[in-house]
Amino acid sequence: MYPGSNDDHDALWALAALDAEAVPVWHGEPELPELDAVVLPGGFSYGDYLRCGAIARFSPATAAVRDFAEAGGLVLGICNGFQVLCEAGLLPGALLRNESLQFICRDVRLTVERDDLPFTARCTRGQRLVIPVKHGDGRWFAPPDLVAELEANRQIVLRYAEPCNGSVDDVAGVCNARGNVLGLMPHPEHAVDPLLGSADGALILAALVDAARDRTLRTVLP
Amino acid sequence: MRVTVLVRPKEGILDPQGEAVETALEHLGFAVSGARVGKVVDLEVDAADEAEARTKVEQMCERLLANPLIESYEIELHG
Repeated sequence: MYPGSNDDHDALWALAALDAEAVPVWHGEPELPELDAVVLPGGFSYGDYLRCGAIARFSPATAAVRDFAEAGGLVLGICNGFQVLCEAGLLPGALLRNESLQFICRDVRLTVERDDLPFTARCTRGQRLVIPVKHGDGRWFAPPDLVAELEANRQIVLRYAEPCNGSVDDVAGVCNARGNVLGLMPHPEHAVDPLLGSADGALILAALVDAARDRTLRTVLP
Repeated sequence: MRVTVLVRPKEGILDPQGEAVETALEHLGFAVSGARVGKVVDLEVDAADEAEARTKVEQMCERLLANPLIESYEIELHG
C-alpha cells in the first residue's frame, strides 16, 4: 500500500472472499512479513507525480518486493501496481496516457493468451474474461524489438479483445521471463462476485491463492 | 547551480496530448504541426563545476526524471 493507493481494501476484500489471509503492508516497511504472494494494488501512488509508479518504485516496500520476486515469489500488480512494476524494471514496457486522453472506466473483454502460469491456471488459453478497467494511463508500450522478444518468450498474458486504450498489440497484461510476476491494467479484484457484473476476476485471484497455498504446503510438507 | 531538464516523449511515440494541443491551436486559427508535450524540471544542484552538475543530473534523469524507454531528456546548465 502506497500513499495514494485506493484499491488496496478492494484487493484485501477480494482475497479474503477467496479464503486467503491477506495482510496490508505499508510502503515504508523495508521488510515484508512472511508471505506466499504479493499483490500491488491500484490507485495513484504518490499522486502519480512525474510518471505513474515512478516514485513508488523507490519505496522501501518496493525494494522488498523486488527481493521477493527475484527469489521466485509470486507478485501480481494491478493497474497502478502494474505501472510500479514496469517503472521498477520487474516487468517490461511502460504505461502511457490513453490514446483517447479519456479516463476509461468500464467492463472490457480480455483474451487469455497463457494458461500455464500460476495466475492463469484456472483459465484456458483463448478464454474470454470480462473484467473492468479504470485508468487514464493504461496504454502499454514497448518498442517493436522488445515486443517481438516478449512474443517469443510468451510473456504477453492478456490482451483486450477489442481495442481499449491504444496499447501496442492490445496488450492488457504481461509477465516477466520467469513467469512469477504478472502485471495487468484490468482490475480482477473488482470482479469476484456476480452481483457486481462479473466474477471472472476471481479466476485470476483464486489461481494466485491456489498457487500461493501450494507453495506453502510444499514448504511445510517437503 | 541552476539546471533545467527538458523531458520529451521519444520520437515515434504517440503523444495524444500533443495531438490535442495541436487540434486546439488549429481551432484558434494557428497553422501548426508536430506539437509534442513534455515536462520541464527546474533544479538547484550542488556541484563544484558544470561537468559535475551535468554528471549528477544525467544520473537523476536515468534513474528518475525520465523513463528511457519512452522519454528523451535534455539538460540545460545556467551557471
